[in-house]
Amino acid sequence: MTLKIHQDHSRFKQIVRGKIKANLRKYVQKGEMLGKKGKDAISIPIPFIDIPRFKYGHKEQGGVGQGDGEVGQQLGPGAVEPGEGHQAGQGEGDHALEVDVTLDELAQILGEELQLPNIERRQNEKIVTQKIRYTGINTTGPESLRHFKRTYKQALRRQIAAGTYDPNRPIIVPMREDRRYRSYKLQNLPETNAVIIYMMDVSGSMGDEQKEIVRIESFWLDTWLRHQYKGLESRYIIHDAVAREVDRDTFFHTRESGGTMISSAYKLCRDIILADYPKSAWNIYPFHFSDGDNWSADDTRQCIEMLRNDVLPNVNQFAYGQVESPYGSGQFIKDLREAVGDSPNVALSEIADKDAIYASIKDFLGKGR
Amino acid sequence: MPKSLTPRLAALRDEIHGYAKEFGLDFFDTIFEMVSYDEMNMVAAYGGFPTRYPHWRWGMEYEQLAKGYEYGLSKIYELVINNDPCYAYLMESNPEVDQKLVMAHVYGHCDFFKNNFSFRHTNRRMIDDMANHATRVRRWVDKIGVEKVEDFIDRTLSLENLIDQHSPHIRRNPDPRRAEEEVKANERVEGFKVGREYMRGFINPSEFLDSQRKRVEDEKQRAKKFPERPQRDVLLFLLEHAPLEPWESDILAILRDEAYYFAPQGQTKIMNEGWASYWHSTIMTRRALKDDEIIDYADHHSGTMGTRPGAINPYKLGIELWRDIEDRWNKGKFGKEWDECDDLRARRNWDKKLGAGREKIFEVRKHYNDITFIDTFLTAEFAQEQKLFVYGFNDKRNSWEILDREFRKVKSKLLQGLTNFGQPIIEVVDGNHENRGELLLAHKHDGQDLKGDYARETLRNLQSLWRRPVCIVTRYDNKGVLLRFDGTNHTEKKVEL
Repeated sequence: MTLKIHQDHSRFKQIVRGKIKANLRKYVQKGEMLGKKGKDAISIPIPFIDIPRFKYGHKEQGGVGQGDGEVGQQLGPGAVEPGEGHQAGQGEGDHALEVDVTLDELAQILGEELQLPNIERRQNEKIVTQKIRYTGINTTGPESLRHFKRTYKQALRRQIAAGTYDPNRPIIVPMREDRRYRSYKLQNLPETNAVIIYMMDVSGSMGDEQKEIVRIESFWLDTWLRHQYKGLESRYIIHDAVAREVDRDTFFHTRESGGTMISSAYKLCRDIILADYPKSAWNIYPFHFSDGDNWSADDTRQCIEMLRNDVLPNVNQFAYGQVESPYGSGQFIKDLREAVGDSPNVALSEIADKDAIYASIKDFLGKGR
Repeated sequence: MPKSLTPRLAALRDEIHGYAKEFGLDFFDTIFEMVSYDEMNMVAAYGGFPTRYPHWRWGMEYEQLAKGYEYGLSKIYELVINNDPCYAYLMESNPEVDQKLVMAHVYGHCDFFKNNFSFRHTNRRMIDDMANHATRVRRWVDKIGVEKVEDFIDRTLSLENLIDQHSPHIRRNPDPRRAEEEVKANERVEGFKVGREYMRGFINPSEFLDSQRKRVEDEKQRAKKFPERPQRDVLLFLLEHAPLEPWESDILAILRDEAYYFAPQGQTKIMNEGWASYWHSTIMTRRALKDDEIIDYADHHSGTMGTRPGAINPYKLGIELWRDIEDRWNKGKFGKEWDECDDLRARRNWDKKLGAGREKIFEVRKHYNDITFIDTFLTAEFAQEQKLFVYGFNDKRNSWEILDREFRKVKSKLLQGLTNFGQPIIEVVDGNHENRGELLLAHKHDGQDLKGDYARETLRNLQSLWRRPVCIVTRYDNKGVLLRFDGTNHTEKKVEL
């Protein structure tokens, strides 16, 4: 049954979508604009969806409350409702309404706004999983699958037909024959698995600002790829002169000092792919971020060799993002461009600052691979 | 779709109806309908009327209600519409004891709608009118296009609160003084003083006199204020004087109608909810409750009465105040003798066995609104007993805190929050400001500044209706400021007040 409100509701969602789209650049640049992230939704403050009126600033207003407490005692967070019953965001969005948007929807908006192509399936429906779908009703089955409503209806029907139903004492007693059970079918579903392998240079020259850029960018990459693939895994590698695999939290918060040997990360990346992600079953996306400083030309040569021989043939796309830092020479991207820039599955992007994230996402995802 | 009551619930309704009548409640016929939680959220989002004109903000409201319900944070128990007959919605999934409570509560509301003076001028056929409004808006949507109509509604809603909530009760008489002045002004132009009669034609040629008369006339026209006196009903002023397209004025009229319909509910929130709660509690505890329902009833009743430190719960404040009035008039705690008695023990044990409480509250529910209700009946004892306090924002600590528990301050803050629904009072002062057809509004500043960004956005919306530049005079940090929007730019300048 559709309710009349759904029309207004979808209009509202459309407006929210429009607002997000119009402000997408801002959201992309400022990671903190994206508020609480749930499992598959995120709350986004939308400015000016509220209808403006002549009214008092709430903070000046104050009010009357009820309860215990000495004069001067704080009321505690959340005690005072801001505005007229709407949730308020932080800081600049004092009057902003927070709206939940599913990550899928956000990805769609991102795709439309950046005109990202959908990813062409490399492993076309080779891998198959079986899934249980409840599609029908049966007269036999396990009690755990009993369909209560159908059973009830069946019993009601029988009792009315038999004349034993009394509307004033509406008691229904189902018999064995009344029972109905859900029945299922096994369906073969094409499985589309993907893995993102994030690599980041955490040597001394990568500062907090650089890492923040990586963090924001990885959120959007995640969102888009998750939209494209059902099962998405993420692996994280940090490196300075040596590489190691870490969890997400460590990935974004580690800071080492010392030199940089990018080859160490690529080696680990290659090992991970070989060990866990057979090409036939996985779509593989390594993303590497660094400031473009590498220890030696020799190490760079090793990197390129490894890319050519072991990584590129196995992955959907290899992406390298070079975050500008005051210390980095920025040489690495030039070397890569020269050596593998022509390969169809290599995406290179220079990210000068937060403003550049927007364009860089397009660099990475614009190839549709 | 809404369903009518099951036989069992219909029997319960008849029972509760009987108790309500027995206690002397006087209400319109009341029709109960059963809805699912989803429908309940929908109807609530529409402000009680399932047939509302299409607009996205109902959808926004719905999303918040639906989310609140799904997360188990909030649940709407009752929804009742001021109409003749009254309509009330019951949620299908509620247990029986809740349904009884809600029914009793609803009869309280219906009695209040029918008898309180604030509702005397409300449209009792609003259900039909709302549906008609929706049809009219839809027709304009078909003709003009959804974007344009929606955009216009958005802009008008921004001005929705600029109505004069008292105007339905006022009968305006022509002012006799003004008529006199007009007569006086009419006999002015006589030209220069003429010593010799034969010179008259030379000193005051008729062309000169004519042009003088015309000038005076013009000036009078200009001097004539427009509007004659400041007008609170800004929407009406726009309706009468703004250069609107026919479809625009139709929609504006609709929105104004609906704003006036809902206004009395805002003016009597505390009384009305308190009254309904008083009656559900009385009917349930004195008559309708069965033994095995008491725990559930107590649980839900106390849930409704719950308070948070940073807000007034109208249900709680209302019911306590009604009970206090009843108690005071039962015991004779009023009048000169009571006021002058300062023996605390005597006051505590005061009981003249008047028994006039019930009668008094029935009288009060007729003649008061929230402001006069609080002003008349909220006593120092009551404020202390209910632990009322004033809170404010402490900028240094960046948090809300309790400022004061002094009775006078509590009461005046409470009244301030209720005056004009706690919204700024704004009037049209001049529809031909600076003689350039600009619209000038004035904010009657009462110590609180307007929210600046909202004010500017509102001016922008107002300008789009008025077409010419619009201004508002207000105060920031105690200095007079004139905010102006001319269609492209916002400007601000200092003014002397």
